[in-house]
Amino acid sequence: MKRFSVPALLLILAAGTVLAARFDLLDQYVQTIIMFIGINIILAASLNIINGYMGEFACGHAAFMAVGAYVSSVLNLVLFTNSPPLAGPFLPEALALFLFPVTLIAGGVVAALAGLMVAVPSFKTRDDYLAIITLAANFIVCNIFINLESLGGARGLMGMKKIVFFMSDAVDLPWMLIWVLIFTVLTVFIIRRFVTSTYGKGIIAICQDEVAAEIMSVNTDRMKVAAFMLSAFLAGIAGGLYAHILGYINPNSFGIMKSTECLVMVYLGGMASLSGSVLAAILFTLLIEGLRFVIPVLDSAIHLIPLVPDTYQLSQVVKWIIIPLLLVLLMQFRPEGIMGNRELADFLPRLRKYYKFK
Amino acid sequence: MTENLIQNIFNALQWGSFYSLIALGYTLVYGVLRLINFAHGDIFMVGAYIAFFISAFLFKGGEGLSGGATLALTIPLTMILTSACGVTLERIAYRPLRRKGVNRLYVVITALMCGLILEYGNLAFLGASRKSFPELMDKVVYQVGPVSMTNLKIIVILTAVAVFLLLNAFVHRTKIGMAMRAVSYDRFAIPLMGISLDAIIVVTFTLGSSLAGLAGILYALSYPVLDPFMGAMLGWKAFIAAVVGGIGDIRGAFVGGFLLGFIEILVVAAFPSTFRDLIAFSILMTLLVIRPTGLFGLAQSTKI
Repeated sequence: MKRFSVPALLLILAAGTVLAARFDLLDQYVQTIIMFIGINIILAASLNIINGYMGEFACGHAAFMAVGAYVSSVLNLVLFTNSPPLAGPFLPEALALFLFPVTLIAGGVVAALAGLMVAVPSFKTRDDYLAIITLAANFIVCNIFINLESLGGARGLMGMKKIVFFMSDAVDLPWMLIWVLIFTVLTVFIIRRFVTSTYGKGIIAICQDEVAAEIMSVNTDRMKVAAFMLSAFLAGIAGGLYAHILGYINPNSFGIMKSTECLVMVYLGGMASLSGSVLAAILFTLLIEGLRFVIPVLDSAIHLIPLVPDTYQLSQVVKWIIIPLLLVLLMQFRPEGIMGNRELADFLPRLRKYYKFK
Repeated sequence: MTENLIQNIFNALQWGSFYSLIALGYTLVYGVLRLINFAHGDIFMVGAYIAFFISAFLFKGGEGLSGGATLALTIPLTMILTSACGVTLERIAYRPLRRKGVNRLYVVITALMCGLILEYGNLAFLGASRKSFPELMDKVVYQVGPVSMTNLKIIVILTAVAVFLLLNAFVHRTKIGMAMRAVSYDRFAIPLMGISLDAIIVVTFTLGSSLAGLAGILYALSYPVLDPFMGAMLGWKAFIAAVVGGIGDIRGAFVGGFLLGFIEILVVAAFPSTFRDLIAFSILMTLLVIRPTGLFGLAQSTKI
C-alpha cells in the first residue's frame, strides 16, 4: 500500500486538474499559471543537479532552455505546418498528438549535446572559471539564434500555437497542461532516482571532495558529463514546453535574466534539496503573478502619504525590486534557503509512515 | 586599409579602457574576498547617474559653473559617492553573510540580487526616460594623417593607463596594499598579525567602486545617453574579461579588458555587427579552455 500512496496522490491531483480544465472550471489564466509552475519546477530541479548536488556555480541555464525550445518548435513547425524554414507539411495534423512528446525529447537531446559545450571544459576548470564558461555559453547560444535569420533571427519564431490546436482537434483535452504535468512528475522522479542511486551519489561525492571521490573510484569526468547533460536535457524539455505554451519565442527571452530566475529558485529552495526546488518554484511563480495584483494596492497606499506626488506611479517594475529584496533578506536570516540540503520528510518525519519509495 | 586599421585600434583602445576600469574593480574584490561581486556593473551605472545629477546641478545647462570647473568638482564627488554606495552594499548585504561563514555561492547570489535591485530601483524611481549627459568638454578633433582622434578618447585611454599604474603601485608599494595581498594569500593569518580584516575589505570596496564611478563619468562623457541597464551588459563582459586575464591579478584585469576591446572592435570591422558577441565570447571561451586559470592567473594547487 505504502508504495502506491504518492503515485496515487499525484495521479488524482493531475487528473483532477486536467478534468477541471477540460470542463472550464479553471480559467485560462489559472491554467497558464499551473503550467508555468510546472516549467519552473523542471528548470529549478534540473539546475539543482549542477548547483546543488554537484556544488558548482553554473549560471547559464537558459541557454539549454533556448536550444530545446528552438529545436522542438522548428521540428513541429516543419513536420505539421507550412511555415518556414522548410515548406511542409510532411505529416498529417492528427499525428501531432503522438509526435509532440517525441519532438520535445528530441529538443532535450540536442540541448544535452549543447550541454557538452559546458561539460568538457568542466574537467579542468573549477568554480568561478566554470561560472564564466556557462555565462559565456549563454551569451553564445543567444547570439547564435539571433544570427539565424532562417529562424526569425532577433524577431523570434511564431506559430507554435497551431500545433497545440492540432492536438486539441484530435482529442479535445487541455493537452499542454497534460504534457507539462507528465514531464514535471517525470523530471522530479528521474532526478530523485538519479541522486539516490549508487551511480548518482558520485555527483554528491564530487561536491564534497573531488580528489577523494576520484580516489574512491568515482569517474569524476564521466560523472560531470552525465550531470551536465541530464541537467541540460531537462532544461531543453522545459524550453520546448515553454515555447508551445506561449506560441512565440525570441532569443532575448532566454538571456541572463531567465538564467537568474532559475538561480533564484534553486537558492531560494536550498541547494541539494529536490522538495526545496519544487516549493521554491511554486512560491516564485505565485509571487511573480501575485505581485501583479499587489502593486496597484501598494500604489494607492503610498499615495495616501502626502509627500508622494500624484504624478508618480508605482509600475509593475517594482516586482523586480521586491523579489530580489525578499531573497536578500532571506539570505540574511536563513542563508541555506527554505529547505537547505534537506527534504520534506526530514522536516516532517511522520510523513514517512504514509509512503515508501522503492 | 592601414589607416582604417589604425583607426580601429585607436577605438579599441578607448573601448578597452572602459572594460579595464570595470574589470579592475571586479578583480580587486575577487582577489581579496574570493567573491564575484556581480553588482559591480550596476555600481558603474550608479556612478554614471551620480555624475549626471551632480554635473546637471552644477552646470545648469551652461548657466552655472563653467564646464571645466564642473568636471573638476564632479569627478572627486562622484568617486566618493559611488564608493560610498559600494561600501554600503558590502556592509549591509555581504558582511553579515561573511560573518556567518556561509557557502560562498550564497554571497554571490546576494550580489546578483543587489545588482537587480539597483537596476530596477533606478528604473522605478527615475523613470524609463533616458537621461542625456551635459556637454562639459568642447570636442577637439586631432587629425594625425588619416586617423582622427578626439581629446576625450585620448583622455579616456590615458586615464585607464594612469589608474592601472597607480593601482599597481598602491598594491605593491604601500602597507595597505601589502595587507590586501596578504588577505588574498591567507585570510586566517591576517587577524593574527593585528590587521583588521574588515578595514582592508572596506578599502578594497572603496577602491573598486571609485574606479567604477570614474569609468561611469568617462562613459557618460563619451556616450552621453544614460539608461538603467547600461551597466548590466558592460559589467558581465568586463567580468569575463577579468577572468580571461586571470582574476585576482591586476595586470590580468587590465590586459583582459583591452583584449576584449580589441576583439570586439576588430570583429565588428571584419564581420556584420550582430556577430560581435558571438565571436568575442567564443574566442574568450577558447582561451579559457586552453588556459583554465586565465592569462596571468596562477594554478591553484589543492592539498590532499
